[in-house]
Amino acid sequence: MSWVVDFWIPLVKAVVVVLVLLASGAYATWAERKICARFQVRYGPNRAGRFGLLQPLADAVKAIFKEEIVPSHVDRALYVIAPGISFAAVLITFAVIPFGPEVELFGQKVGLWIGDVSVSLLYLLAIAGLAAYGVVLGGWSSNNKYSLLGALRAAAQMISYELPMGLALLGVVLINGSVSLRQIVDSQGSWPLAVLQPIGFLVFLVAILAEGNRSPFDLPETENELISGFMTEYGGMKFALYYVAEYTAMVVNAAITATIFLGGWKWPAVLSDLHPLVGVALFLAKVGLMVFVFIWIRASLPRVRYDKFMRFCWKFMVPLSLLNLAATAVVLAVMA
Amino acid sequence: MIRDAITGLYHLLRAMGVTLRYFFTRPVTVQYPDERVQLYPRFRGRHELRKYEEGPNIGLERCIGCALCAAYCPTQCIYVQAAENKDGVKRSPGERYAEIYEINLLRCMFCGYCEEACPTGAIVLKREFALADYSRQSLIFTQDRLLQPTDPHAVTLDDQK
Repeated sequence: MSWVVDFWIPLVKAVVVVLVLLASGAYATWAERKICARFQVRYGPNRAGRFGLLQPLADAVKAIFKEEIVPSHVDRALYVIAPGISFAAVLITFAVIPFGPEVELFGQKVGLWIGDVSVSLLYLLAIAGLAAYGVVLGGWSSNNKYSLLGALRAAAQMISYELPMGLALLGVVLINGSVSLRQIVDSQGSWPLAVLQPIGFLVFLVAILAEGNRSPFDLPETENELISGFMTEYGGMKFALYYVAEYTAMVVNAAITATIFLGGWKWPAVLSDLHPLVGVALFLAKVGLMVFVFIWIRASLPRVRYDKFMRFCWKFMVPLSLLNLAATAVVLAVMA
Repeated sequence: MIRDAITGLYHLLRAMGVTLRYFFTRPVTVQYPDERVQLYPRFRGRHELRKYEEGPNIGLERCIGCALCAAYCPTQCIYVQAAENKDGVKRSPGERYAEIYEINLLRCMFCGYCEEACPTGAIVLKREFALADYSRQSLIFTQDRLLQPTDPHAVTLDDQK
């Protein structure tokens, strides 16, 4: 009996979470178009369904019915696999994010997370590194100078933002003494870590924007100098896969930020202790807020020049996050 | 450098505040086919050949076939062929009338010079602007079509303003 439970509960959780993620990725495109439009004092999509709510569906139908073109000089295998790598990396990132407390369902204790990994923070960083492969391989296999430059930028950019990101997260790890996301969320009952680690939060925010290829750091796909960067040679469903991966990544990155710095489902504990569903709702609200902030930033700030971004990462963010780490360590040592 | 960072952050936040203010304003979009659009008072749309609606020449065409519009037209999109008013057939008050009058709307740039050149006020640019069609042939407007009053599908909220 117990193996049935052990097998089916994670499977059902995984399937539900993947479906929700897919839907949220599709609707993130809708949200971005709609919210960006409002920032530019226009309506955005409003023809397909009420408020344009069927627009993602229409886009999906269009992408499916498009001809699948593989350009003649590409590295076929990698060209086809690359969007899948991007997409899979985004989906498995969510596996370690707790989106609610442990609940009783049908007499079983069910944790509202997929995998309870004790090193889940490291897992996040590892998968974030893996996600860059989708972009790099896609750009390289396209055999096109713009794609290659986009891939090159993605690789170089990844190295420069991962370092301050890791250092910013180290401050969090120092405070918690743990790299488990569940523990990090549980510790934020009274104060979210963004309050305790404001500088770490800002550095992390910049890094996560760069990780999701979000404006103002969407340098691998700058359409003004690189057309669409690594996506230039992609069309039809393969392009749609990249596109959905990018927007799902936005949602997942929002979830990561909400979990690590905004207290996940836990903060404020006064509310989340009432009912598990309140916790889930808090988590979703924070994810929505972060998605809105990402879109808000995109609607407001112009893209950073590539070399300036590199300089900013290496000469400002890395020293800043190191200082933050040192200061955190000193404060913790004095308090202990 | 630290002061730069702080002022930079401050200005970033201020910029985002500006955009956020726009987020809460009403969109300026006019939902065109559903809503009427406001045209400017001197907007120039499709041409119309007018007839006399009152006075001694009522019912006659204003155009006397002088072809000044065709001469003045910068894109030469107007073709006029005049004929004599004789044998009791009188289409215009003058000696001659326009036997053939065609405007190629694909060439026309709606400058309104024809309207300026016309001595009798026969050709005027009205407010119809939704002129898309499926064939080039049908966009060469012949005299009978030009004589029909324009039909603005979507007109101004206040035409006289």
